[in-house]
Amino acid sequence: MGETKIIESIKGLSKEEYLLKGHIACAGCGATIALRLLFKALGNRVIMVIPACCSSVIPGPYPYTSFAVPVQNIIFESTGATASGVVAALRKRGINDVTVVGWAGDGGTFDIGIQALSGAAERGTDFIYICYDNEAYGNTGVQRSGATPYGAWTTTTPTGKKERKKDMPFIMAAHKIPYIATACPSYPIDFIRKLRKAREIKGTRFIHLLAPCPTGWRYDASKTVQMGRLAVQTGMWVLFEIEYGRFKLNPPSDELIDKAKRRPLEEYLTLQGRFRRLGEEDIQKKQKWVDEDWERYRRYHQTMCLI
Amino acid sequence: MAQTVIDTANHIAAYAAKAARVQVIAAYPITPQTSIVERIAELVESGEFDAEYIRVESEHSAMAACIGAAAAGARTFTATAAHGLVLMHEPMHWASGSRLPIVMPVANRALGPGWNIWADSTDSMSQRDTGWIQFYCADNQEVFDTIIQAYKLCENERILLPAMVCLEAFILTHTYMPVKIPDQEKIDDFLPHYKPNWILDVSNPLSHGNILSPEWYMEFRYMMQESMENAKQLIPEIDKEYSKHFGFEHGGLVDKYKCDDADLILLTVGTIGSEAKVAVDNLRREGLKIGSARIRVFRPFPKEEIRKLAENAQMFAVIDRGISFGMEGFIAEETKASLCSQNDRPLIAGFIAGLGGRDVTFKTIEKIAKKSAEWMQRGRIEKETVWVDLKE
Repeated sequence: MGETKIIESIKGLSKEEYLLKGHIACAGCGATIALRLLFKALGNRVIMVIPACCSSVIPGPYPYTSFAVPVQNIIFESTGATASGVVAALRKRGINDVTVVGWAGDGGTFDIGIQALSGAAERGTDFIYICYDNEAYGNTGVQRSGATPYGAWTTTTPTGKKERKKDMPFIMAAHKIPYIATACPSYPIDFIRKLRKAREIKGTRFIHLLAPCPTGWRYDASKTVQMGRLAVQTGMWVLFEIEYGRFKLNPPSDELIDKAKRRPLEEYLTLQGRFRRLGEEDIQKKQKWVDEDWERYRRYHQTMCLI
Repeated sequence: MAQTVIDTANHIAAYAAKAARVQVIAAYPITPQTSIVERIAELVESGEFDAEYIRVESEHSAMAACIGAAAAGARTFTATAAHGLVLMHEPMHWASGSRLPIVMPVANRALGPGWNIWADSTDSMSQRDTGWIQFYCADNQEVFDTIIQAYKLCENERILLPAMVCLEAFILTHTYMPVKIPDQEKIDDFLPHYKPNWILDVSNPLSHGNILSPEWYMEFRYMMQESMENAKQLIPEIDKEYSKHFGFEHGGLVDKYKCDDADLILLTVGTIGSEAKVAVDNLRREGLKIGSARIRVFRPFPKEEIRKLAENAQMFAVIDRGISFGMEGFIAEETKASLCSQNDRPLIAGFIAGLGGRDVTFKTIEKIAKKSAEWMQRGRIEKETVWVDLKE
């Protein structure tokens, strides 16, 4: 493993592919772009623990798989627990150069899997947990989850969700784990840097990854990278890290503290069919929440206080 | 030197995990299992027991962690009871379907409501379709021996299934009995280090448990059934081999007592089987040709042995400390199912007794036996299922 290798451009990425051809993800799947980057960042000395989610389907059915790393598939709510078992067995067997990665969707993290994740984090389990968040139960056909944002259409919120999204990174921050980061595959260098940094830290590391989903969000599959960028540029999604309790905004989010620099939220919302029903008032409400969150982030970032 | 200790079955279960050189334990406390996980904690933290111990936040996570640990190549152990066990229902299916040889003592306890912490086998018997092998013990020595035997069995490549080792709440879990613990070297000879057939390994990346289409699903389930059938052969063999090493034998699949010439056979499970032996001796003195067959293994169900017992007996009196609501006692049900293809069948009466920890002593059993003998002489049973000592 050695030193954390920082790359300046995606041209510096490994040519090795551990996400092989033949996977069966939807066209334009943000999570799959992120998986490819994940393997490039961490290489193949990785054991994945994957619960029921899109990524239990993406590798393809038995007897094939498009993942060139070992995978333990597990029941929906158990990523944190099963990863704890893998970590314990590796330690007992004296294997210390393999990174255990839990890779779960938002349903498996925010909702049904939050107990096992909380337990694993509280026990200081030495693994990286990545929540790839497409803001709904994508694999079962887009039902609302605790990660679905206010106003979004899903098949179980046909007139739009009435509640706000949980603040998952700060729930994890309350566990006092050493490393928390947000990411988005539209910013691959940032994501890769965070993965490599996470790999060098002992204990539970949590990465919350926004994974744009053309199928659930109702936008054209060619626009996934743009959708992620818009999420960040409007300030709807914020790239940050919380390292040993210290919060820090990362580029390009660190340039967006001044509201004038953030693009209006409409630009992000109007491109997605799931927000089609949002009225002017709803958009204002959402804009207000974004601005309130930013005030909090500004304070954390500028004062460098302990979260 | 083998040593004799006087201790509770729960502590004995902890010593058995240590003697089996378990590598990973993931467990959550529940009455009456707690003193297993407490004693393991003491052994691990004092350095006597070299294992990773994951103090998980639920039984569901205990089983899910065991799956991860076993898949990553460790000999793995947990223990639970009642509500903890039924919370594990989902990961238990995943463990057996993943073919992981996890061993789990279950302190048989009643399910609520109302809250009841006493003996009842409905918790484990209602898990009968999870693909787990199920052993039931009658004393503390058997608890120790069966845990060691269970690893030997489950890790055999013809089996590769997990196993429960059941011990009744308080009657065994908290009762002190002398137990002979063999020398570690001899246990190591009998039970060598765990050598898994497959493992989560970065140098040989495999995907475990991914999408399995209708084209393949049945074949995997057929292999599990084949392994259960293999277990019927291996369990008695391993019990015999164990006895050669250590001197204790527990009857293989069915612990039979004075059944050879018996007209009436009591079919029991667990400690009711120990009490039944006392009842058999007392009633034989009164001239009744009676025997006791204690079902030691509930899954795979020993239907061939039941058929053999049925050849000479006129009647089976089946005592269940559990109930499948809307049908009858678990063992009564399985016994009848085992015999339905036979031409000459004994009379079969089911007795529900001791639910929620109500005492079932040899006196209770003598009463059951006398009622059964009466029906046997008349050639017909009056009631298919009798609730023993029920307040009307």
